[in-house]
Amino acid sequence: MTRHLLSSADLSRRDVETILDTAASMHDVQRREVKKLPTLRGRTIINFFFEDSTRTRSSFEIAGKWMSADTINLSAKGSSTSKGESLRDSVQTINAMAVDALVIRHNQSGACRQVAGWVAASVINAGDGTHEHPTQALLDAYTLRSRIGALDGTHVAIVGDLTHSRVFRSNVITLRTLGARVTVVAPPTLMPAGIAAWSQRDGFETSWDLDAVLADDPPDAVMMLRVQRERMSGGFFPTAREYTVGYGLTRPRLATLLASRPDAVVMHPGPMNRGLEISADAAESGASIILDQVSGGLAVRMAVLYHLLAGEESE
Amino acid sequence: MSALLITGARGQLGEPSDVLIRDGVIAEIGRITDAPSDTARIDAAGLDLLPGFVDLHTHLREPGREDAETIASGSAAAAAGGFTAVLAMANTTPATDTAEAAELLYDRGRTVGLVDVQPIGAVTKSLAGQELAELGLMARSRARVRIFSDDGHCVHDARVMRRALEYVKPFDGVISQHAQDPALAGGAACCHEGELSGRLGLPGWPGVAESVIVARDVQLARHTGSRVHIAHISTAESVEILRWAKDRGILVTAEVTPHHLALDTELVRNYDPTFKVNPPLRPSEDQEALRAALADGTIDAVATDHAPHARHDKEHTFEAAAFGMLGLESAFAVVHDLMVRTGRMTMGDLSQRMSRNPAAIAGLSDHGCAIVAGAPANLVLVDPDRTITIDASESNSLSRNNPWHAMSFTGAVHATILRGRLTAIDGKVQQ
Amino acid sequence: MTRPEDRPPAGAPLDPLGRTVLTANDIRRCLRRIAHEILEHNKGAADLVLLGIPSRGVELAERLGHILADVEGCPAVPVGALDITMHRDDLRSQPTRAPMRTVIPAGGIDDKIVVLVDDVLYSGRTIRAALDALADLGRPRAVRLAVLIDRGHRELPIRADHVGKNLPTSHAEKVQVRLRGFDSGEDVVRIASGAGR
Repeated sequence: MTRHLLSSADLSRRDVETILDTAASMHDVQRREVKKLPTLRGRTIINFFFEDSTRTRSSFEIAGKWMSADTINLSAKGSSTSKGESLRDSVQTINAMAVDALVIRHNQSGACRQVAGWVAASVINAGDGTHEHPTQALLDAYTLRSRIGALDGTHVAIVGDLTHSRVFRSNVITLRTLGARVTVVAPPTLMPAGIAAWSQRDGFETSWDLDAVLADDPPDAVMMLRVQRERMSGGFFPTAREYTVGYGLTRPRLATLLASRPDAVVMHPGPMNRGLEISADAAESGASIILDQVSGGLAVRMAVLYHLLAGEESE
Repeated sequence: MSALLITGARGQLGEPSDVLIRDGVIAEIGRITDAPSDTARIDAAGLDLLPGFVDLHTHLREPGREDAETIASGSAAAAAGGFTAVLAMANTTPATDTAEAAELLYDRGRTVGLVDVQPIGAVTKSLAGQELAELGLMARSRARVRIFSDDGHCVHDARVMRRALEYVKPFDGVISQHAQDPALAGGAACCHEGELSGRLGLPGWPGVAESVIVARDVQLARHTGSRVHIAHISTAESVEILRWAKDRGILVTAEVTPHHLALDTELVRNYDPTFKVNPPLRPSEDQEALRAALADGTIDAVATDHAPHARHDKEHTFEAAAFGMLGLESAFAVVHDLMVRTGRMTMGDLSQRMSRNPAAIAGLSDHGCAIVAGAPANLVLVDPDRTITIDASESNSLSRNNPWHAMSFTGAVHATILRGRLTAIDGKVQQ
Repeated sequence: MTRPEDRPPAGAPLDPLGRTVLTANDIRRCLRRIAHEILEHNKGAADLVLLGIPSRGVELAERLGHILADVEGCPAVPVGALDITMHRDDLRSQPTRAPMRTVIPAGGIDDKIVVLVDDVLYSGRTIRAALDALADLGRPRAVRLAVLIDRGHRELPIRADHVGKNLPTSHAEKVQVRLRGFDSGEDVVRIASGAGR
């Protein structure tokens, strides 16, 4: 297995399947009275979060503790702007303490790759800017697989602000690695630069028309991405209601989907803007596996920590 | 000052010739057998003698960031790179927006004495883009400022740009525009907008943000009958506009950097801030347009945009890291290897782009001169056949943000001569 | 959902130069004898829980469960699986692999007689890991060990209560167990030359 988890592309298909299989066992541990495995005893894991996130951080913290590792949380407020102190400075002290793993979330893309070049520890990307969020993609795949089985040939639609979404970037990679078919849907202003060449190179479809996708090529799973209201003031689209009319998973749209795909599922990485990109009905419907995504995150992160840290040193 | 004799040099002289330099000027060219015994000699067999290079775009960082570079260290890097004159950009701290600030730089450059440091004046006060700086006073000063630039920032207000273009006409000044429409490429923009920026999740810097300003400014130059200069041109679209403008006799000139010629956007794939620069490295289609335009003369000059940065200013995330790369010491090697060794330009063309044209744009009559008796001895000896491998740790610059590390190029500077004095030979700067 | 146990078996090809030490019939008789021993020691089938150690221990445990119920004439004996991957002491010396599922039968293991079932007992480290794993799952009244083969070379003070066959081996030899239901082909135990296990 890879030494760092910086991008979903670091994992082969076999790696992904191994992690998902392991996550299933880790899920069992969560149901026991003694939620502990000795596997990472003696390892030290630092959760270094440059960007706030209660959910992901506590997920990694608990995952590490349940594996018997010593986990420590550090938060760094935008140290990049402090005069004379660089990102490298921030991680240098940690590196000197010979820790085993750094779980890093940063608000700027590429931060984890750079840190990986400066430290001896394994680096796990817990979300870097708008670039990637590999463990999110893994838990999304795990949740989907638990519900509908193997993902080969499954059609997944990812809808929303793709330009600013690390969930989209990681998910497209992991889903394609597992043999799924992916269609991404967004208004033109929220499609990333170069998406035409990119989608062709990586083998996924793009569309500006959610209704057409739901009608002509109904997916087995719809993954709705959070829309940040700041994007409206940035001029990416005019108003919330126009966005919802064009790209929201409204009750009628869900009904259309379920009519042709009764077993279709609804996903969302959270947190949700109920009423904007996803209606409350859709979020709470029987098709929704959103809560499973949350509980799957812990199991997946335990599996990731195990595979990156427990075995022989790779590389 | 004792004399200097260069023997067996090639270049624009036709047959290999000897060149005797005395009192800062070229005294004699030909077969010289009767030089005084105390004459210093340089054996130039196999080397080309060219006018010393002139860099239209250098950042010397002094005053304000002497941890990154000083006039002394920047001058040393320039001398090592074969330059006899550099135009020092105004975005220091404080900015060079007054006559006094310009004279400070000018005097310091003369004191160091390794290269003629010619200050560039800011277009607007504090580079804020709002009010014109004291352009006239800077022009009248001891520093005789002729080029004005807010480089680092674009003069994006059309009215301010128009006024500036008009205002410098009496003293034959020229505005060097950093073409970047902030509404299309803001401060966070750092990677050419395209497939790579999409994949990497980096704020895109689309080529159109440059070309809309170039298009606007050549038309303003036409309207006002002024000269305008485009700094670090980087896109095929800008080159097209440049051709259009020159075809119509608009007084526009342009410079291109060695890094935009040689390095493409793919180098950014691993988020290495060594390759972060403004404007960003572009894809190969843009590079090809730049190379063709430099070869046919549409682009008038090579300028390094030498931008030293202290280590801690680069050791950040890509978005947060400082923009810029070193360039003075490697410029000739890169351009020679890329354009002359491949046959796209002759050595004479290279000399035009790196000496004569920049000297003319800057109004520096002592530099970029033809090599004839009586001309000021601002010269460089280059070896077109020597292959060098760049080692980032060996540099006269105080900084190490060097994108060329471990790369090899054919073409090396052997010696640099400033007003008859040897400033650098075989990589060693002569203090 | 794809379960790891559903994956095709990964047994290496049998060494044609090796020798058979237990045929299918031998194995059948061993299991029957072990079943009788378990019932004798336990004075019946009450409170017994069999936990097989993946991979082949699970298959053996299932067979034992049936034989026990058959011999004693009682309803099925609870059978489960106890994966020990996460409790191994040698994780650092090899690449990680996904653990198999641990399945504890509905009645749990508290106050039960847990019989661990494995195919080969060697250094004893697997059983040590199993005891650790068990400790986090509950508190059995007693833990016993039944193995098909004991090949010696213990590195820890561990012994089996029930042994199908004692098989002195050298470290250089490999014991190959193949079970119908897990591997393809007939049941067999062979010794092959070659390093390790």
